[in-house]
Amino acid sequence: METLERILAEHQFFKDLAEPYLQLATGCASNIRFEPDQFIFREGEEADQFYLIRQGRVALQIFAPDRGAITIETLTEGDILGWSWLIPPYNWHFDARALEVTRAIALDGKCLRRKCEEDHNLGYELLKRFAHIIEQRLESTRLQILDIYGVRS
Amino acid sequence: MASAVDLHVKSPDDIVSSMSPHLYGIQRVRKETEDTFTLELQEKSGQHKLSFAPGQFNMVYVFGVGEVPISISGDPASPVLVHTTRAVGTVTRVMSKLRRGDMLGIRGPFGTAWPVAEARGHDVVIVAGGIGLAPLRPSLYEVLSHREDFGKVVLLYGTRTPSDILFREELEQWRARFDLEVHVTVDRADSGWRGNVGVVTTLIHKAPFDPQRTVAMVCGPEVMMRFAALELVKRGVSAGAISLSMERNMKCGIGLCGHCQFGPFFVCKDGPVFRYSRIKDLLTKWEI
Amino acid sequence: MPTTTLYRIERGAIDGIISSLRQQHYTVVGPTIRGASIELDELLSTSDLPVGWTNEQAPARYRLIKLPVESLFAYTVSPHSWKRHLFPPILRLFSARRNGRGFDLINSGEGAPGSSIPDAADAVRPYAFLGVRSCDLHALFMQDKVFGSGTYQDQYYQRTREQTWIIAVNCTLASGTCFCASMKTGPKASSGFDLALTEVITEHEHYFLVEIGSDRGRILLEGVDHRPAESAEATKGEELIENSSQQMGRSLDTENIREILYQSADHPRWDVVAARCLTCANCTMVCPTCFCTTMEDVIDLSGARAERLRKWDSCFTMDFSYIHGGSVRSSPRARYRHWLTHKLASWIDQFGTSGCVGCGRCITWCPVGIDITEEYRAIRETYVTNTASSSTKEANDGNA
Repeated sequence: METLERILAEHQFFKDLAEPYLQLATGCASNIRFEPDQFIFREGEEADQFYLIRQGRVALQIFAPDRGAITIETLTEGDILGWSWLIPPYNWHFDARALEVTRAIALDGKCLRRKCEEDHNLGYELLKRFAHIIEQRLESTRLQILDIYGVRS
Repeated sequence: MASAVDLHVKSPDDIVSSMSPHLYGIQRVRKETEDTFTLELQEKSGQHKLSFAPGQFNMVYVFGVGEVPISISGDPASPVLVHTTRAVGTVTRVMSKLRRGDMLGIRGPFGTAWPVAEARGHDVVIVAGGIGLAPLRPSLYEVLSHREDFGKVVLLYGTRTPSDILFREELEQWRARFDLEVHVTVDRADSGWRGNVGVVTTLIHKAPFDPQRTVAMVCGPEVMMRFAALELVKRGVSAGAISLSMERNMKCGIGLCGHCQFGPFFVCKDGPVFRYSRIKDLLTKWEI
Repeated sequence: MPTTTLYRIERGAIDGIISSLRQQHYTVVGPTIRGASIELDELLSTSDLPVGWTNEQAPARYRLIKLPVESLFAYTVSPHSWKRHLFPPILRLFSARRNGRGFDLINSGEGAPGSSIPDAADAVRPYAFLGVRSCDLHALFMQDKVFGSGTYQDQYYQRTREQTWIIAVNCTLASGTCFCASMKTGPKASSGFDLALTEVITEHEHYFLVEIGSDRGRILLEGVDHRPAESAEATKGEELIENSSQQMGRSLDTENIREILYQSADHPRWDVVAARCLTCANCTMVCPTCFCTTMEDVIDLSGARAERLRKWDSCFTMDFSYIHGGSVRSSPRARYRHWLTHKLASWIDQFGTSGCVGCGRCITWCPVGIDITEEYRAIRETYVTNTASSSTKEANDGNA
C-alpha cells in the first residue's frame, strides 16, 4: 500500500492533496492490468471506478452500426480515465478499450463518492481536479470538431 | 539556349533578377498522401547555388501558370532541392501532375529560419500539424546530424486521419531511434488505427522535455499553433523560446508586393518563422 | 522673412525651362487638363498647363472652375499622382519561352514585340516632373524607402527616380480635402527638388519665385531670364503659402497615432465605416504612397511564350489576402482597418515614417466620401486601451 500511496502522491492529479485525503484515496485504490483489446468499461454500464493510467494506451470509443467502432480519443500514461462515476446517473457514456497491455490504478468511485458527501472539502478538491481534466478534454474536442487540417472548398 | 540571358550580371538583389526564376528539373515525384506530394529538384545550368536554412521557402513557378510560395522540406546538407506541398490551388494542382523530367522555376530561398543553432545545448520540441511537418523536417535533419549537441528531441505530429500522415516510412525510422521521441496522433480514425486519437496539442503536456531548457518549433494551421503555444507556455516554456511559422498570401517573396502583411510584419521577410513572443498579440486579433 | 535666396522669373522663363529640359531629352510631365480633370501628362509648353483653371475638391466631389486670371498653378493635386511614372501600373518582370519540357528566359530587348507594357529591365525614359506639390514630393520620399531601403530593391523605380527632375510648386491655396499642414508635409516644399516655384498673382503682377535645390537646378535657372527677388516680392510669396496653410479645413492629429491604432483593432468605428465603404479600391489607386502589387503569370494562346506582369493591386480586394480556402480579411471592416492602420501606423514600423502625406486624394475620390481624417478622429476620441486593467483605461481616457 505504501507504493500505491507514493504513486498517487506523485501523480499530477493528486498533487498537493492533503495527506489525510491522500491516504483515503489510497484506501480506495488498487492495481489493475488490461490485455490488448480488453474492454475496461462499456457504454451504459454502471460507472463505479476511475483509472489512473500508468502504462499503455486506452481508446475511448463509440460504436455506430454503419461505421463500426469510432475512436474519439486515446489516453496514455499519466492520463485519468473516466468521470461518469462522479455525475448521476453514474453510467459510462462510451466504451473504453485497452489497445495494448495497460497497467492502471483503479479508484473505487462509489467509495470516494460516499466520502465526498461526508466531507465536502474533499468533494470540492476532487471536483476542482476533475473540472480541470474536463476543461482540457472539452478544449481538445473543440479543436477536433474544428477539423483544422481540412481544406475548405 | 542562345536566347537565355544571364540576368545575374546586374545587382543580385534587384527586382529583375530577384523576380526571375531559375530553371530546375524534376528528378523524382513522390506521392505522400491523397493530396500531398514531394518533388526532388535539380538545378539545370549549375549557376544557382541553393543553400537554405531550415524554415525558409522558395517561390515555385509553373511555366505560364503561376507561382506559389512553398517551404523547403529536404535536408539542408543535400544538393537536391526538395519541396513537399498539397494540391489545393491552381498552381499546386498543375504541379501535382508533373513528372520526372518536367521543369519548374525557382526563386529563393526567402524568409527567416528555425532557431536550430540556438537550440544547441537545449531540448528540442517540434510540434507539427498536417502539412506543417514539411517545413520542420529540415530542422529535424539538422538536429539529427548533430544529435550529440542537443538534449532531448521530441517530435509531436498530428494529422486529420491516419491516411494523411506525411513521410510515413521516415517517421517509422525516427520512431525506432532511441535518441528521438516521436508521437503521432490523428483527429479521427476507424478501429483499424492502433495509434493515438486526439489533437496534437494533447501530446504536449505529457511529452518528456525540460520546459526550462527547451526550444520549441511549431508549424501547422494557425489555430493549432495558437493552442500548441498555449500548452507549451502552460508547461513552462517561455514565449521567446517558441517559434511559429506563419502563412499569408505572397506574390513576390521579397517584401515589395505588400500581400503578406501581418500587422507591421511582412511574413516573407520578417517571417515566416516568428518568435511567439513577438506575434502573440496579433494572433488573437481577427482578420489581421 | 525668407532665409533662402529667391529669384524672380516670369511665365516666359518657365517656357524656357520646359524647352531646355526637352532639348536635353527629358520628357516634361506636369498637370494638364484631360476631360474634366487635371491629369499628369507630357507638357510641351506652359500653354499645356491648366491656365486660368482651379479645382474644387470635397469628399466625393471634384470639379474644375475657370478663373478670371491667367494663373498656371492655381489648383491642387490631380486624381493620379506621380507614382504611375516611376512605379508603372503594369510592368513586365520577365518573359520566357517554352523549351522542351522547360523554358528559357528571354532577353528584355526582344521581350514583347509591339507591347506597350514597360519592361523592368529596359532603359528608362528620363522624366522632368513640373508642378510637384510638397505632399507629392513627400510621397516620393516614402516610396523611395519602400522600393529602395530593403534587401531587395526595385531598380526600375530607382533608375527612373534618380534621373527625374523635380520642379516643385509651393501651394498658395488649399483644396477642401487637403491636410498636409498637420502631416508636416506641406504646403511648402522644403527639400528634394531641383527648383521650387511659388506663383504670385496680385492686382498688378504675375510672377514666380524660384528657390534652387540642386546644382543642376541652378544651371537650368541660369539659362533663363531671372533676377534676385526683392524682399517685398519674397514676402508676398511667403504670405500666400502661409495663407494656404491657414485655409486647410482638415487635420489629422498624429500624436501617439501608432499606439492608438494598434490598440483599436476592435473599435466599433470600423463597423460604421465598413457600412459605407464599397471596397472599390479607389483610395489605394489614387494614393501617392500605396505600393501593393500582384503578379500575373500569363501565357500566349500557343502556350509557347509566357510572361510575368506586375500590376498595381489593392488591399480592398478579397483576393489580396487569400490563402488556400479563404481570405484572411474577408470583411470590408477588416480591409478598411488594414488600409488605414497600415497607412497611419504600421508604415511607421516598416519604413520609419507615416505612409500618409495629407494630399486628400482618398477623400476626394472615394465615391461615398469617406474621410480618413474623420475616421481616425472618431477612433482617437473614443479609443480605450484593450490592454489590462481599468486603471490604465482611466489614465488613457484622461489623456484622450
